[in-house]
Amino acid sequence: MTIKGKAYIAGAFEHPTRKADDKSVALLHAECAKGALEDAGLSIRDVDGYFCAGDAPGVMNTVGMVDYMGLNVRHIDSTDTGGSSYMVHVAHAAEAIAAGKCNVALITLAGRPRSEGHSGAAPRMFPPNIPEVPFEAPYGPNTVNMYAMAAMRHMALYGTTSEQLAWVKVAASHHAQYNEHAMLREVVTVEEVVGSPMIADPLHRMDCCVVSDGGGALIVVKPEIARSLKRPLVKVIGAGQAPRGQNGGKVDLTVTGAAWSGPRAFEEAGVKPSDIKYASIYDSFTITVLLQLEDLGFCKKGEGGKFVSDGNLISGIGKLPFNTDGGGLCNNHPSNRGGITKIIEAVRQLRGEAHPKVQVKNCDIALAQGTGGSLGTRHCSATLIMERE
Amino acid sequence: MATQYQDRKISAPAVYPENKPYWEAAAKGQLLVKKCKACGEYHHYPRSLCPYCFSDQTEWTVAKGTGTVYTYSVLRRGSPTPYAIAYVTLDEGPSMMTNIVDCDLDTIKVGQKVQVVFKPTGDGSGATPPMPMFKPV
Ligand SMILES: [Zn+2]
Repeated sequence: MTIKGKAYIAGAFEHPTRKADDKSVALLHAECAKGALEDAGLSIRDVDGYFCAGDAPGVMNTVGMVDYMGLNVRHIDSTDTGGSSYMVHVAHAAEAIAAGKCNVALITLAGRPRSEGHSGAAPRMFPPNIPEVPFEAPYGPNTVNMYAMAAMRHMALYGTTSEQLAWVKVAASHHAQYNEHAMLREVVTVEEVVGSPMIADPLHRMDCCVVSDGGGALIVVKPEIARSLKRPLVKVIGAGQAPRGQNGGKVDLTVTGAAWSGPRAFEEAGVKPSDIKYASIYDSFTITVLLQLEDLGFCKKGEGGKFVSDGNLISGIGKLPFNTDGGGLCNNHPSNRGGITKIIEAVRQLRGEAHPKVQVKNCDIALAQGTGGSLGTRHCSATLIMERE
Repeated sequence: MATQYQDRKISAPAVYPENKPYWEAAAKGQLLVKKCKACGEYHHYPRSLCPYCFSDQTEWTVAKGTGTVYTYSVLRRGSPTPYAIAYVTLDEGPSMMTNIVDCDLDTIKVGQKVQVVFKPTGDGSGATPPMPMFKPV
């Protein structure tokens, strides 16, 4: 049993807003759903499966959003793995479609951390009864210093430099200049990145992604429906998931779950890293990209610094064009969860609908890689491979 | 330039029944680490069931209190005082999240030898358990 070829991404929509003072989170979800349905050429009445994660409002948020949007569905899934949830949702939607549990799956993400003033340097709040919290929270973990510790270890082991990490941001900024919706459209240099204020050693402000409001949605459908629509065919061919934590104290912060989710997805898809023409790589921080590229097999462990340098991730210049929308580093990181925008840009590339300045020629196979949670403690990696038919 | 360690307000850990001995020992200045009698492995954070073999035959042991810095990061923005979060690999084996204290934070290095110290939490009155932190040897 495999999901290869069992489902297609027929609709994709990224909300144009980056600051939504005047909208509720539920409305942003609904507007994203509407946009993705219009993109696919389907109606809300066609939707029979709904997927959302922890960014949707409420405790039983799947049920709440179904009610809010007036959906009539026979399959629901609220899997939450943080920013990688949406790669998992596409895989679960494909599984559900393959099993006949639904035909048209809607996946939504939305949030407004910018309007609500959430930043990655603020202390995280934890509800009670989480087993690890007493052993972590008093030490002051936050989003930035947890990823910073992974970067520091990689530097100590492999000699990776701040300048090498900066190249990830530089490449993203080269792409963002063409995206009219991107939060940061200015092209930056390595010197500017390493000269930006230090937030948590060794990560500078420009090593960190933006905090933005907004969202996105995807429509995943069974093959017969995809072929009946007027949009280019984007087929799901492989997926992998891998949660990873501290392993009882055998901590290795230089390896992400992508070292397992990647091979699972490549095997299912029957392709190799060298077959990937375009890669969306989760970029909460520059180090996140570097580690995942190594773990996915685009280069050897420890050589990520060299791989990302000298514009190797810039479309039209480098070997592996990445995050051609500007990514989370420059474009958008709605709800502090970048997974869905990663899939959306991969779909644009496969359809040939990316900005002409960053469109990859003959883009037939693309990958979207997500990391949810924290590299410093626990995270879930999810890999999705798609093919243009 | 130096970034001298400063005390900061540390939130009190929630004490759950599974780990009460850990916090009682901390109050006496002892760092405990769990060891599994079935597979012989130490682990952290402490569990009643071993995360390696799922045996319930785990026991508290007193750690030497020494280790090396596995990684660290000094937070310089978004906090009233800079502080160094870290993982320290205990001589017994497991790495634990902690803070590096009582030193110039700019001089911390991966691989540095450190030893445990306990820092008060909550209002500082001793009503809540102290947290194990590490200072350079
Ligand atoms: Zn054991």
